[in-house]
Amino acid sequence: MGFPHKSHARETPLLTRHFGEEEARTLDGWKKRGGYQALEKALAMTPAEIIDIVKESGLRGRGGAGFPTGMKWSFMKPGDGKPHYLCCNADESEPGTFKDREVMRWTPHALVEGCAIGAYAIGAETTYIYIRGEFTEPLVWMDRAIREAYDAGILGANAMGTGKRIDMYVHKGAGAYICGEETALMNSLEGQRGNPRIKPPFPAVSGVFGQPTTINNVETLAAVPEIIMKGAAWYKGMSLSNPKSTGTKLYSVCGNIRYPGTYEVLMGFPFGEFLHDVCGGALDGRKLKAVIPGGASVPIQTMEEAEATLMDYEGFVAQGSMLGSGGVIVIDDKQSMVRVIARLARFFAHESCAQCTQCREGTAWTTKILERIRDGQGTMEDLDTLLDLADLMTGTTICVLSDSCAVPVVSGIKKFRPEFEALIHGKRVHPVLSAVA
Amino acid sequence: MGGVESPDMAAHDSPAHGKPHVPVFSGAVRGELDELLTRYPTKMAALLPAFWIVQRERGWVSEDSMAEVAGLLELTPAYVKGVVTFYTMYHQHPVPKYFIQVCTTSPCGICGAEDVVRSLLRHTGAAELGVPSADNRFAVIEVECLGACGFATPIMINEEFIESVTPENVPDILKRLG
Repeated sequence: MGFPHKSHARETPLLTRHFGEEEARTLDGWKKRGGYQALEKALAMTPAEIIDIVKESGLRGRGGAGFPTGMKWSFMKPGDGKPHYLCCNADESEPGTFKDREVMRWTPHALVEGCAIGAYAIGAETTYIYIRGEFTEPLVWMDRAIREAYDAGILGANAMGTGKRIDMYVHKGAGAYICGEETALMNSLEGQRGNPRIKPPFPAVSGVFGQPTTINNVETLAAVPEIIMKGAAWYKGMSLSNPKSTGTKLYSVCGNIRYPGTYEVLMGFPFGEFLHDVCGGALDGRKLKAVIPGGASVPIQTMEEAEATLMDYEGFVAQGSMLGSGGVIVIDDKQSMVRVIARLARFFAHESCAQCTQCREGTAWTTKILERIRDGQGTMEDLDTLLDLADLMTGTTICVLSDSCAVPVVSGIKKFRPEFEALIHGKRVHPVLSAVA
Repeated sequence: MGGVESPDMAAHDSPAHGKPHVPVFSGAVRGELDELLTRYPTKMAALLPAFWIVQRERGWVSEDSMAEVAGLLELTPAYVKGVVTFYTMYHQHPVPKYFIQVCTTSPCGICGAEDVVRSLLRHTGAAELGVPSADNRFAVIEVECLGACGFATPIMINEEFIESVTPENVPDILKRLG
């Protein structure tokens, strides 16, 4: 549902259908809604059978990269004699994204159940749910749900009476966007600075504590119980566009839109109708100008591109962007694109872990130039410098934070160049800017 | 990474702020740390959780408490400081009673977050961002994306997360704090 708004008739609420229901947060309430039947069913299957179902369902990672979940799980070699770990990435920090927060604070047991099934499937006895420190409310609900699950014998040394051990702990982050990058998350969990690691080795070979590890996003894991209950074919059938993108996807919609909130639609839903109909379109007297559809790290779309997009992994790429995390940032005609992009660059500069020169220097320099243009002090040469910098910042560092900073800059200059040039030539075209100046 | 307990522990225990360091981890709090240690295969992994406990107990993270945690987790104080300073949520100096963080990243920025900042500064009496108010009850800082963009503008007052703050409802929120 479009929480905090009522569900729109064109949504397909699956993970979101109990948002806003107080009772669904408790173990009893969750069981009343069919909770933990999927875990019971899964524990009676072999891990390989579970992985096959997830593979067959077509479920892909919902954190941003879209890697097939079943395949990721199959990288964990059974019987290698090593402890395996499952890490749930709940460090949701990508600007524009807040869906995992809603999953955790409204249906915490859905995540506990998904993690338990995932852990069993990959042969892990221990799961860590890494939640960003600012998420005080989700932290409370997840802690409570895990405690309830332990007390009920769902988790622990004899999970659901099967003799299998499933331990689960919440690990609270402490303020660092980069810890949402999976290798930084593992370092942080180990008690280190959140610096990303060079890959390979990949986490399935040497992850947290040097052991085989799988890292999955909250939304990905929360979808698993549904797939176990209703089957791979059912999930696979939930697609309006192509067989490579299946199921439902949560979108966090924010910015200059009438009904901001968390929405859930089928893969392949038309983006134009989604924005104008499901989310209510522009605010009174305004016009939508641009959309960043997958969190701050994906290319900015013009409205023409957005309106031609089918909402799935391939559909966003075909229209010049990416599905990313599903964080839809809507920007209207009252906003200055330069200002929006300059603030995003500042975000990345602040959040750079500073390991790699291209990122540490590049994000800071990019921010300085953009703020200079924003303040009417830019030159045409600055635009070339920004593009050169972006080139040097792309594909040259340990992780993609550096690339992520370059993305809105390049797509912004390419698609909204007149706004940059107007500021450089001293034309104050935006009411927001003239108010600030 | 990590390493053995520093031979200079005694020096770090010396009174850095005029008072001897009273250990954070004693009694029930020590028990809490011991329970945490059972969750991880290494002691080092309890580092972030340990500092959440320190901050809850003391309001901030001092060099003395970094040395204390270093000793307990068999790490050097230098290593521990390197980690603590990476994370923005640990206060490395005492903060006013109400520490207010306002999200101003682009999604909130285009929904008027800067007006919320101005309103908070005006109503708390803080002269500028990061500078405590004259009565030392408030400090207001900008923070990067709080992950509640659909509820612009979110703010945090200490551990309390407040959604949909506007320049207009700031006075009510502050009044509630008493």
